[in-house]
Amino acid sequence: MEAQQELSGWRKWLEGMGDYVLFFTRFFRNIFTGGFEWSEFVRQCYEIGYRSMMLVGITSFIMGLVLILQLRPSLVDLGAESMLPKTLSVALVREIGPVITAIICAGKIASSIGAELGSMKVTEQIDAMEVSGANPVQYLVVTRILATSFMIPLLTVIGDAIGLFGGFLALNFTDSISFSLYFNKCIASLDFSDLLPAVAKTVLFGFAVGFVGCYKGYHSDKGTESVGIAANSAVVTASLWIFIIDAIAVQITSLLFYK
Amino acid sequence: MKETNQHNEAEKELSPQKKEVVIRAKGIKKSFGKKQVLKDISFDLKKGENIVVLGKSGQGKSVTIQCVVGMLQPDGGSLEVFGEDITTMDDDELKQLRIKIGFLFQGGALYDSMTVRDNLEFPLTRVLKLKDQKEINKKVEGVLDAVGLLDAIDKMPSDLSGGMRKRVGLARTLIVNPEIMLYDEPTTGLDPITSREISELINRLQRKYEISSVIITHDMECARITADRILVMDDGKYIAEGSYKELEKSDNEMVRSFFNVSA
Repeated sequence: MEAQQELSGWRKWLEGMGDYVLFFTRFFRNIFTGGFEWSEFVRQCYEIGYRSMMLVGITSFIMGLVLILQLRPSLVDLGAESMLPKTLSVALVREIGPVITAIICAGKIASSIGAELGSMKVTEQIDAMEVSGANPVQYLVVTRILATSFMIPLLTVIGDAIGLFGGFLALNFTDSISFSLYFNKCIASLDFSDLLPAVAKTVLFGFAVGFVGCYKGYHSDKGTESVGIAANSAVVTASLWIFIIDAIAVQITSLLFYK
Repeated sequence: MKETNQHNEAEKELSPQKKEVVIRAKGIKKSFGKKQVLKDISFDLKKGENIVVLGKSGQGKSVTIQCVVGMLQPDGGSLEVFGEDITTMDDDELKQLRIKIGFLFQGGALYDSMTVRDNLEFPLTRVLKLKDQKEINKKVEGVLDAVGLLDAIDKMPSDLSGGMRKRVGLARTLIVNPEIMLYDEPTTGLDPITSREISELINRLQRKYEISSVIITHDMECARITADRILVMDDGKYIAEGSYKELEKSDNEMVRSFFNVSA
């Protein structure tokens, strides 16, 4: 009996993985078939990007500010106070900015996509598109996944800049440093190998957020509570994928750039 | 008697449309897990005919029409729509077929982020690939006029009542000129007056657009108004078939129970 239960658990897991692969294939095939929904893509970019900017901006600002306040005592003890802008910019651009932005977007965007598509599934709107001969994957899925893959890197770059500004204000609580000197130090400490992998992985973070949100919403069960489950599950799964992608991206970046 | 037969033969020859079968289902079976919902479903739908499928909830009435439109794949039996076996069709063939079939969902299934106008434009621009805005506007206004909701053209679905949502849903389905309409409980959740209006609208549109329809319902008033033929479903099978008047006099207890409740 126990062995049977275990077998059915594995079967369910394998079926789930199969569904993910099929959904990815449908998404990928639909990118290249005609009739790309440009107006919906632009609308999604606005919804996903512009509407998340305030949240990402405030969070990044606080992160920059807090990091400087936390780093300062340790670096002062080491006599390396002048390293504060460099430390902050490297930490923010390489790791903290992309991950924090992606996690915020997982909470805000993946959940909203999951809930939106989930409620469309419950109210048979997706079925209605399908039986009318229209292509719901093209209209709902491709546009959302491409919009998150495009907007989350942009949000990250903006968030990084705002975070550095937060760090500048924090530094001026205790010390005095001019804006131009601070930003020159920040920019000088950053290299191509810091920027490119960081931006590249945010594209993958964006893809994960959009893909998981769409998958969970599109495959939600037919019942009101399944909308909540889809939204919740989208946030948890997308967040997990962000950390997994980050771990892999760091390994690849280390091999390629930091020998 | 002989004269009547001759008259019937002549009528059939004069109107071959009446003979043409648009949906032919033979021995359809469908299970979900261990539960067999459809056990042996067979029926023909002729061109221009309205079939009403009656049955208690959970008997698989909706599953039948979901199989017809390819949303569900039957486990057994054959299902031909316009003479082609739907069970062997690939995605593209299914897509082409679906353009000829309209499906009205229980709640209307309007796209709630779009206005009524956008809802109606959606199949025109995505399915029929129309580009000319004048032509699109003309079709949208024409079909909304047909369902009596031209005033609601710029409203959001959330601003509409249940009956209005069903009418707009019907308009969205009719805008691509389907040859077959599948109605999934078109009057459920509506007050008797609106239910009657919807039923009469179904008849009016059937005449106007020459549509063949399958209407899933347990509303006897709707069945009385719309049905040319009624199929009564129980335990995954059709247990009776006939016109409203014929079935009203049926000896079958299950069939009679529908009419008794109605009376």
